[in-house]
Amino acid sequence: MGHESSVPLFWRLIKPRYQLIGNKCTTCGNVFYPPKFLCPICRKEGKLEEIKLGKTGKILTFSIVRSAPTGFEKETPYPVAIIELDDGPKLTSQIVDWKEEDLKIGRKVEACFRRIYTDGKEGIINYGLKFRPV
Amino acid sequence: MIGIVGYGGYIPRFRIKVEEIASVWNADAKSIKSGLNIEEKSVPSIDEDTATIAVEAALNALKMAGINPQEIGAIYVGSESHPYAVKPTSTIVGEAIGVGPEFTAADTEFACKAGTACIQMVMGLIEGGYIKFGLAIGADTSQSKPGDALEYTAAAGGAAYIIGKNGVIAEIEGTFSFSSDTPDFWRREGIEYPSHGGRFTGIPAYFKHVIAATQGLMSKLSLKESDFDFVVFHMPNGKFPLNAAKMLGFDAEKIKPGLVVQRIGNTYSGSSMLGLAATLDIAKPGQRILVTSYGSGAGSDSFSIKVTDLIEEKRKKIKKIQDYIDDKEYVTYAHYTRLRRGI
Amino acid sequence: MKVAVIGIGVTKFGEHWNKNLRELAIEAGTKAITDAKIRGSEIDSIYLGNMSAGRFIGQEHVAAMVSGELGLSIPATRVEGACSSGGLALRQGILSILSGEDDIVLVGGAEKMTDLMTDGVTTALMGAADQEWEAYYGLTFPSLYAMIARRHMFEFGTTREQMAKVAVKNHHNGSLNPIAQFNKEITVEEVLNSTMVADPLTILDCSPITDGAAALILCNAELAKKYTDNPVYIIGSGQASDTLALHDRRSLTTLDATVKAAQVAYKQAGITVDDVDLAEVHDCFTIAEIVATEDLGFCKKGEGGKLLDEGATELNGRIPVNTSGGLKAVGHPVGATGIKQAIEIILQLRGQAEKRQVKDAKIGLTHNVGGSGATAVVHIFSR
Repeated sequence: MGHESSVPLFWRLIKPRYQLIGNKCTTCGNVFYPPKFLCPICRKEGKLEEIKLGKTGKILTFSIVRSAPTGFEKETPYPVAIIELDDGPKLTSQIVDWKEEDLKIGRKVEACFRRIYTDGKEGIINYGLKFRPV
Repeated sequence: MIGIVGYGGYIPRFRIKVEEIASVWNADAKSIKSGLNIEEKSVPSIDEDTATIAVEAALNALKMAGINPQEIGAIYVGSESHPYAVKPTSTIVGEAIGVGPEFTAADTEFACKAGTACIQMVMGLIEGGYIKFGLAIGADTSQSKPGDALEYTAAAGGAAYIIGKNGVIAEIEGTFSFSSDTPDFWRREGIEYPSHGGRFTGIPAYFKHVIAATQGLMSKLSLKESDFDFVVFHMPNGKFPLNAAKMLGFDAEKIKPGLVVQRIGNTYSGSSMLGLAATLDIAKPGQRILVTSYGSGAGSDSFSIKVTDLIEEKRKKIKKIQDYIDDKEYVTYAHYTRLRRGI
Repeated sequence: MKVAVIGIGVTKFGEHWNKNLRELAIEAGTKAITDAKIRGSEIDSIYLGNMSAGRFIGQEHVAAMVSGELGLSIPATRVEGACSSGGLALRQGILSILSGEDDIVLVGGAEKMTDLMTDGVTTALMGAADQEWEAYYGLTFPSLYAMIARRHMFEFGTTREQMAKVAVKNHHNGSLNPIAQFNKEITVEEVLNSTMVADPLTILDCSPITDGAAALILCNAELAKKYTDNPVYIIGSGQASDTLALHDRRSLTTLDATVKAAQVAYKQAGITVDDVDLAEVHDCFTIAEIVATEDLGFCKKGEGGKLLDEGATELNGRIPVNTSGGLKAVGHPVGATGIKQAIEIILQLRGQAEKRQVKDAKIGLTHNVGGSGATAVVHIFSR
């Protein structure tokens, strides 16, 4: 499927993607983002509750994409990173508003709302959170 | 009293200088700069648009207001560059900041006054007892035809205002509007760039409506020039607002804090609203601000705003407009073209 | 020792403009059947590893396609685990013999990648990653492994030069391998100066886009001597899984699935890592080989780069790795790789590896990974 941008596929994940809403297992206390459908630690014994996560974190590792997948060609080069949120969970996204010296392991970042992908001239626009250095 | 409970702005980081644009068209940068009273304008990144700008501004306003987003009962977003022709920006904003689903929403268009019209709309819903808080946003990523005079000023940015009766940091004492069918600047459906009437956009358009709305407001509230500490007018360039102030008898110093156009350009629906935000960033409790927007087509909304004691603590919570203006990176015309034509 | 390999067959790996998927699969399959000196009618079932024929050529249901082309109506099952599809197919074949259900099994892997443009291939390969939380943000496979590399450099001081040496070594070995996509030697400078794909990985740090197919005939070990004087036995098989997304892993510099799969395989084979004479590991990117040598136990965690400096993994080193030329030089037709790895080990153990022959090769290991490490499968072979 790649990025033909199915409407229901995109719509279903708007809330966790736009608002950084994950969940917390009240049995083991672990916090997850993206939200899980089953606590992988407690499984049957787990009880999951929605939780809104803070938008700050730090870079754990990064790269710069220069050879893009379909639909992202106009944006290269763009940095991607695995970010550890201050609230705990780790996620993957792009880094924006960056300079060379910002791409460092440990650099503090915060989430910001950006376009992720545009499905041509006629399709829908996919938004989401990317991260900028603070 | 009804008024602003929280406000916030957002200006993209990239800037392009007048000299850079002028060099491409072999134009005289010096005379353009002095003629328009502008140095540079903001340029959105390839992944920014009116919706992303509106969301960032709204998040700032929400942070300042310190309210639960679920208490916002209406969202209106005004722009001439909504990402979709059909599919509202206001629901994207709602979803991104945690409002709803029990709220009303709509997008507006009235050239550069689309956002101030939204403020009036939420005021009506609040005064009518229909909602507790309303969110009004003016944001744009305005396009301009390459080589046209507008290219030096058409910029990107936006501001958001949460209006309500609880925790008011700046009271809206009154509002007055003046509208007519005046085709000074327009864009037909499906056409990429706007057209305008050249010098017709001045006296019969901008000045007629800005002056009439401002005078109407002052008359309605029995206020004089000396009752206002600051004045903000819509800023299509750095000259028109100064001339309007002069024509209305306002001291030139009063317009300075809000004259953001010189360093970020004309952010269209965001223009007067960002000018107001920049002014609110430095106004003291008890001071009074007059703000008059202008939208081509044509109309002006004028407001009298009086700052309360609550503002000083609240406005510390977010990035100031001046910080957004100062946080910048220059691009070349080539890079600018790639950014503007990329989406 | 309950399972033996009695036949092998592999196509040349490369850009096969004139061959489609079924032709490549049949070519490898018939070569293996011939090598085993069996008749097609003696095969009990087929397992075919293929990652993404659906996206590359719009074709699903590929195991049935191959079975039909071979004129057989036996059970034919497609096995998918991203880039580990071949290794997983091998394991399924082994299990069906161990279960007593089958005596002779055709296990294959095939992939036809070059019918799409590069951006289409990049997108299709991201099917091996998390669509919703990695691919959505414009990640590519090189960028995922680049992030592993960046972290490995940060935690252990691994250098780009050490990574480049993986490519140099494997290109050297590939130059001695007639089926390899690339048979040109390269230098460390060439690797470091070639086009950056996802910092710090250059195009020469990355395995290429390749078409190819490979096949094995597995046999119940008790029957093996009926068919060949030179059977190779599969003495250990281990498989493990991990989180799909790289950001959900316990560690960004260890593939826990590899560690676990290897432990199971060593235990089953009754050996330790020191008994392994040579290995085919999953070098989809140069950093992947470095991490694999650590996770398989050839060296301590963090010291995989040193192995390259010491020359320990070269053809004449203490633990030759990727004598075939690896994914890097032979090519990486995704679903076929796991089977091709087994074929190299078998050739080595049979003494048929020609210019790549490792002396006294008795025990060999294959290591096949899916995606950024969500699946790993390890097999141990013995004479």
